[in-house]
Amino acid sequence: MTDLTALTLDEARKGLIEGKFTSVELTKAHLTAMEAARPLNAYVLETPEKALEMAAASDARRANGKAGRLEGIPLGIKDLFATEGTRTTACSRILGNFVPKYESTVTSQLFRDGAVMLGKLNNDEFAMGSSNETSAFGPVVNPLKPANWDTAKAKSALASDRKGLLVPGGSSGGSSAAVAANLCLGATATDTGGSIRQPAAFTGTVGIKPTYGRCSRWGIVAFASSLDQAGPIAKTVRDAAVLLTSMAGHDPKDSTSVEMAVPDFEAAVGKSVAGKTIGIPKEYRVDGMPAEIEALWHKGAEMLKAAGAKVVDVSLPHTKYALPAYYIVAPAEASSNLARYDGVRYGLRVPGKDIVDLYEKTRAAGFGREVKRRIMIGTYVLSAGYYDAYYLRAQKIRTLIKKDFEDVYAQGVDAILTPATPSAAFGIAEKADADPVEMYLNDIFTVTVNMAGLPGLALPGGTDASGLPLGLQLIGRPFDEETLFSLGSVIEDQVGRVTTAKWW
Amino acid sequence: MSVDAATVRRIARLSRIELPEADVPVMQGEINAILGFVEQLGEVNVDGVEPMTSVTPMALKMREDVVTDGEKAALVTANAPQSEDNYFLVPKVVE
Repeated sequence: MTDLTALTLDEARKGLIEGKFTSVELTKAHLTAMEAARPLNAYVLETPEKALEMAAASDARRANGKAGRLEGIPLGIKDLFATEGTRTTACSRILGNFVPKYESTVTSQLFRDGAVMLGKLNNDEFAMGSSNETSAFGPVVNPLKPANWDTAKAKSALASDRKGLLVPGGSSGGSSAAVAANLCLGATATDTGGSIRQPAAFTGTVGIKPTYGRCSRWGIVAFASSLDQAGPIAKTVRDAAVLLTSMAGHDPKDSTSVEMAVPDFEAAVGKSVAGKTIGIPKEYRVDGMPAEIEALWHKGAEMLKAAGAKVVDVSLPHTKYALPAYYIVAPAEASSNLARYDGVRYGLRVPGKDIVDLYEKTRAAGFGREVKRRIMIGTYVLSAGYYDAYYLRAQKIRTLIKKDFEDVYAQGVDAILTPATPSAAFGIAEKADADPVEMYLNDIFTVTVNMAGLPGLALPGGTDASGLPLGLQLIGRPFDEETLFSLGSVIEDQVGRVTTAKWW
Repeated sequence: MSVDAATVRRIARLSRIELPEADVPVMQGEINAILGFVEQLGEVNVDGVEPMTSVTPMALKMREDVVTDGEKAALVTANAPQSEDNYFLVPKVVE
């Protein structure tokens, strides 16, 4: 029998429909692969019993002629999504053994459509990070080996301190690694500043952050509420479109979720892009950008041109201010959102001599370094006397960033093409001693999209000199994810999928 | 702008995070690196610009002011580190 984990979601769906295998068989194949891949640390919790139970129920539904869009498809769930009865930690010690009594809207919609949950995926603590190294469960290993490393060398590093092996990006590093390593057919992820798109770029997978308001945030551990959006990481553009169709939709429980019909995103895959106008923003040509990124970007534009799209130069003048403004807005919202972790209602508690001492000791023990620093920055920029200089100014700059995009779209541009990241995946622990700003620069091309609430798709565009995948990003008009799927499938047809042989 | 050690201690206190004295200099350095990075925002002319309040142009939705959920004290306290009879237990707050 062929390796069922090597299938794409679309191929698996066809196989299930044709009766070539059952969901239980498909799920078992993934559970076996997960067990063998534990050293990669992509899953922080495997839920084999629940998975097999859900798979059996799915097979029964199919036998009764009731098959949903994702009937029998095994997925990995980022540990930021509350899953009823299954431990949810945001990969932070402070949530301890939190077992939600409710299901997030996004996961409930995936399960409504027949999906099977394999387990919970690793991520940076509270989704704060770009390498998955801030997780309380430790780093995730990118299933793509470093250039010129043979299997023996990679295996020995995996068995020791993992140094030299590559990060899978972050914060959705468990999601990207699990998809790239065939440990699920697709994964949920979240993106506040690039946390879907940067990990997708680092692992050669496909990720889309939809327009703000497309997916309900209800039941997702909050980081920065005005920026957070859920989306899928998948093996192909089509798979991502299928998953997003199930994840999206209005939810009365999230007041920022939009009341708008969800199109069948899959129908946009493979649709002609002739006549579409693609903008190339000159401000994304940053100082010191490697020539290979520039070449990749150019190649991407050529592919779209060959498919009949028109490519024009555009200007987004406030681009360089997006990242610094983000590092005010996001920590400010985080400091407010994370105030709920007080050691009283759920999660970790460290006893103290009075209630304030209990709060301070609990939060000191429960939060990791990156999270503490962001809470403190956020507290500072919101504090009396600094609010206007920092937070209010950043929110005004956010208005200008959004207006940049509106101006470009008003000129008739349908989508914008940029690189997804300034480099390919870097090594685990490589940036441990760098100042925090260096890590933040990873999100320089993705963060503008969150600040403006727009949809962004990242997908493989080529490789760097050493053969590691590099991602391209397509940015769309608000609520026009369909154009991104159409354009993405043109690039995917040319570039092909990134796959890796099992070495772990 | 940069922060001194006393300000770092004050922010930690406001954040309700115990910060050992030995960690103050490191945190101070990191916060100042970030504040240095965001300083460039001062270059931007924001005169007459409205601060963003909602990224998607939509009115905040209203609903009927009615009870939609509740009577679930056991579920609400199920994850509490310490609880008794569906109450959260905390150290004495009022003398």
